[in-house]
Amino acid sequence: MIANDPNLHRRLDRRAAMRALLEDRGDLLLVTGLGSTTWDAAAVGDDDRNFYLWGAMGSAAMVGLGLALARPDRRVLVVTGDGEMLMGLGALATIGVQRPPNLAVAVFDNGHYGETGMQQSHTAESVELVAVARACGFRETFDVIDEIGLRDFAAQIHNAATTLFARIAIRADEPLRILPPRDGVLLKTRFRRAIGID
Amino acid sequence: MAALTEIAATEGSDWRDEIFAVLKAAEIRQVGYVPDAGHARLIELCRDDPEICAVALTTEEEGVALAAGAWLGGQRAALLMQSSGVGNCINTLSLTKTCRFPLLMLVAMRGEWAEFNPWQVPMGSNTRAALELCDVLVYRVERPEEAAETVAAAFDIACNGDLATAVLLSQRLIGAKRWVK
Repeated sequence: MIANDPNLHRRLDRRAAMRALLEDRGDLLLVTGLGSTTWDAAAVGDDDRNFYLWGAMGSAAMVGLGLALARPDRRVLVVTGDGEMLMGLGALATIGVQRPPNLAVAVFDNGHYGETGMQQSHTAESVELVAVARACGFRETFDVIDEIGLRDFAAQIHNAATTLFARIAIRADEPLRILPPRDGVLLKTRFRRAIGID
Repeated sequence: MAALTEIAATEGSDWRDEIFAVLKAAEIRQVGYVPDAGHARLIELCRDDPEICAVALTTEEEGVALAAGAWLGGQRAALLMQSSGVGNCINTLSLTKTCRFPLLMLVAMRGEWAEFNPWQVPMGSNTRAALELCDVLVYRVERPEEAAETVAAAFDIACNGDLATAVLLSQRLIGAKRWVK
């Protein structure tokens, strides 16, 4: 519960968290959700292997699933926000059934809708995303509240034997927006080229 | 690959099996579905096929995102849903349109021919209009002999033009649901 969290000031910085997840990314493929996680990825550095969602809220995890199933030879990381994940919560049930070993879903959880005026989300009240993921069948889950937990999860992304879920507690702040390209056809085409299709 | 419409014309006798043969010939590797009586045979065939990853969805818009992800990874996908599920897909179809992802939706119609349940009618009677508002190309199958070639033609145009397509399988074709046995 974020509102009463005595450790609020100690929550992770979202940009630093994204940087840690993408450090030594190797051939990792990244999907980000509508909103701040897309700006976070762009702030770390635009990359043809990043597929940013600028819309279709609730879709990030499922785009990651389709990609992971299509490319069992590559690691796929989805990073999205708590609000975006909540809109497509059923995706956790669907992914929990499939569990491709090359997929990791990370939710940057600040308990707020940062793009719309910082209204509280369900995770600031009663909803625990890690418990949801576990109940949906994810066998490896991480409740990341500090840098040690973040590094532990980041290392697992490249070696896991099952689908991972991580809830990463971040501060509810709004760093400068860094905007990647928003032309959907460009994002699609350059992504496919970068992984050897087309 | 031979034109899909040619394959469609030469395969088995049941229209459901013929559609499956088209999906196989089209090298579709992921099939997202929300269970529906009209698609029961097709779902069974997809689930039993080792080359196809059949993904049960909790709601249809998950499938639109799944198909986009599959295409990003170089695989082809198809979605199976009931007409009521088309309404669930509306906003997610913005992903398909903005990025021009090819998409094939096979829609089992409810709420039309001899429908017993009036709650199916509002979405069933607006399925085509809703899809067309989202710039999805819509084809409709009334007769069994048209089914496979229509699916083949829809998939061809989807892949050739990076377009979203839907094939509506009419309730008359599928047979109205029997409520009292």
